[in-house]
Amino acid sequence: MSARATIEQARREGRAALIGYLPVGFPDVATSVAAMRAMVAGGVDVVEVGLPYSDPLMDGPLIQRATEAALAGGVTPADGLTAVREVAAPALVMTYWTLVDRYGVARFAADLAAAGGAGAITPDLIPDEAAAWHAAADDHGLDRVHLVAPTSTPERLTLAARSSRGFLYAASLMGVTGERDVVSTTAKDLVARAKEVTDLPVCVGLGVGTGTQAAEVAAFADGVIVGSAFVRALMDAPDPASGVAAVEAVARELAAGVRKPSGVEA
Amino acid sequence: MHGQAVRTPLTGRTGPYFGGFGGRFIPEALVAALEELDAAYRDALSDPDFMARLDELHRTYVGRPSVITEAPRFARHAGGARILLKREDLNHTGAHKINNAMGQALLTLQMGKTRVIAETGAGQHGVATATAAALLGLDAVVYMGEVDMRRQELNVVRMRLLGAEVIPVTSGSRTLKDAMNEAMRDWVTNVENTHYLIGSAAGPHPFPTMVRAFQQVIGEEARRQVLALAGRLPDVVCACVGGGSNAIGIFHAFLDDPEVELVGLEAGGDGVETGRHAASVSGGALGILHGNRTYVLQDAHGQTMESHSISAGLDYPGVGPQHAWLHDIGRARYRPVDDAAAMEAFALLCRTEGIIPAIESAHALAGAIQEGRRLGPDGIVLVNLSGRGDKDVDTAARYFGLLEEGSGS
Ligand SMILES: Cc1ncc(COP(=O)(O)O)c(C=O)c1O
Repeated sequence: MSARATIEQARREGRAALIGYLPVGFPDVATSVAAMRAMVAGGVDVVEVGLPYSDPLMDGPLIQRATEAALAGGVTPADGLTAVREVAAPALVMTYWTLVDRYGVARFAADLAAAGGAGAITPDLIPDEAAAWHAAADDHGLDRVHLVAPTSTPERLTLAARSSRGFLYAASLMGVTGERDVVSTTAKDLVARAKEVTDLPVCVGLGVGTGTQAAEVAAFADGVIVGSAFVRALMDAPDPASGVAAVEAVARELAAGVRKPSGVEA
Repeated sequence: MHGQAVRTPLTGRTGPYFGGFGGRFIPEALVAALEELDAAYRDALSDPDFMARLDELHRTYVGRPSVITEAPRFARHAGGARILLKREDLNHTGAHKINNAMGQALLTLQMGKTRVIAETGAGQHGVATATAAALLGLDAVVYMGEVDMRRQELNVVRMRLLGAEVIPVTSGSRTLKDAMNEAMRDWVTNVENTHYLIGSAAGPHPFPTMVRAFQQVIGEEARRQVLALAGRLPDVVCACVGGGSNAIGIFHAFLDDPEVELVGLEAGGDGVETGRHAASVSGGALGILHGNRTYVLQDAHGQTMESHSISAGLDYPGVGPQHAWLHDIGRARYRPVDDAAAMEAFALLCRTEGIIPAIESAHALAGAIQEGRRLGPDGIVLVNLSGRGDKDVDTAARYFGLLEEGSGS
């Protein structure tokens, strides 16, 4: 199933979809892939496979530390494609654009499609700069997910929505990745503004980490995107096996959250 | 592209693209701020009140115009060519960085923002930003790599004296590029009240063009001064290139004088062939760094590689997009100068002319020695002496062993 079909299926079940991010290669490639599979076993519907990059200027300290370690271990974009191949759910690559630029846009699209990938999320590739990517993604039937932010004007929201396929990624707050104590109040408003200009599913990321927060976001968004909470589960674990188990447990909590929208505590 | 390059004067190019270089590779969250900035700086440049205010600050505070000093004793080591130094080291705070910091700080007021953030390598841009912020009543936060804080300690103290908060950056290589990452993270979080005062002609559009606009005063003054002094234009203009702001600042006025050769000197570190250098044009590949497409030091997978230079201000693995383009169209030449050659030129200027240059600027001086030898006694070489070397005395003392018993004879 495509990412969009999966998210729409969740909507028919009366819930939001759960989208989980992990960077490939942390703490090593095999464990990261096992953790992505565990995430799916725990209830994640769509997987974001992160490609570690040396200058992750949209990431907070936690993901920085994980991706720095992955790079020190020698991870490459090809490992990301391996992860895509092994995850039993729609998988999108999440990448800083320079890595694709270097890999070759057309070659990246071809290899990603061949690996069974659904598409890519491009947090530092705004639609204005994305002509080559759009063409390559179209050639291979890949999703192209752009981001919108609280500062996006109506014109920018429309541009991002028109340029996206799969879903639209609403970055819920102004800032970098990382867990927050409370879900940003700007998220709901941003989703409402996005919904005015598009029929695409709108999924919310940045700062969601607990089942309660997932439930809150599920009340107004089509999908809940979680990254740092999974990374923390791996990072805090004493060994890889318990890290993978912890990731699955986090996924279960979040999956329960997206199934009881409106923020009501169980 | 080439047709356009021939039709429009080179000085008329304002981005967002310079050939295939430049653009905006940034999160959507920053687009609104970049649009606001783009409009604000273009308005400011055509606003007589803004320009009068900036001009007044230049004259009464920065110390502009900076003078030209002829360096005849140094020139004996440079083939006898006339060597003319554009003395940006004499500006208040000791480098060209103040030209840009003052312009952008004024813009910050214009945009109604109250806080500026900056990255700094050598500390000169951090000091310039802290100075402009103190003068204009803005809050200032400066990000600086831990490695650079150690090698440019004097400037850390200066920034703190001026009331800026200096935040050590401990990620990645702990130098300029990591400081820039951290500043970007701050900006995306606090963009509502904060202006990111980028210190070089790099970053996403409109920064490369805007920083050039605030630095082009260097070349405009120098062109007039050289004409008055020598009766003709120089044969060669030399400038060091980190991100490229002092170089584009002095090059700009000469872009449409085809008889004037423009030479950018990159930091060659231990030598480009060793891989331990910061020469992005000479030894890098096409990539994206800090929001623009340009030449970047990167590995086969597109990961940024650590740069190496004895000069903190040139220790950056990218280069401004306009330089990448000037290289591609052949309008400027870029050459590496290794640490040893830079330090030799540094020592030579101290002893022949009584001027202690910044180690960054010493790279331009080393280039001028080579150009002067090529041109011979009829040649004129204009050098951008982008900064003074007070901040570098520790590095120089260690390099030359000056604190050892019996040294300095
Ligand atoms: C004196 C001096 N020159 C040159 C540079 C390099 O910057 P740019 O290439 O932007 O002129 C610096 C940077 O800190 C500097 O302090």
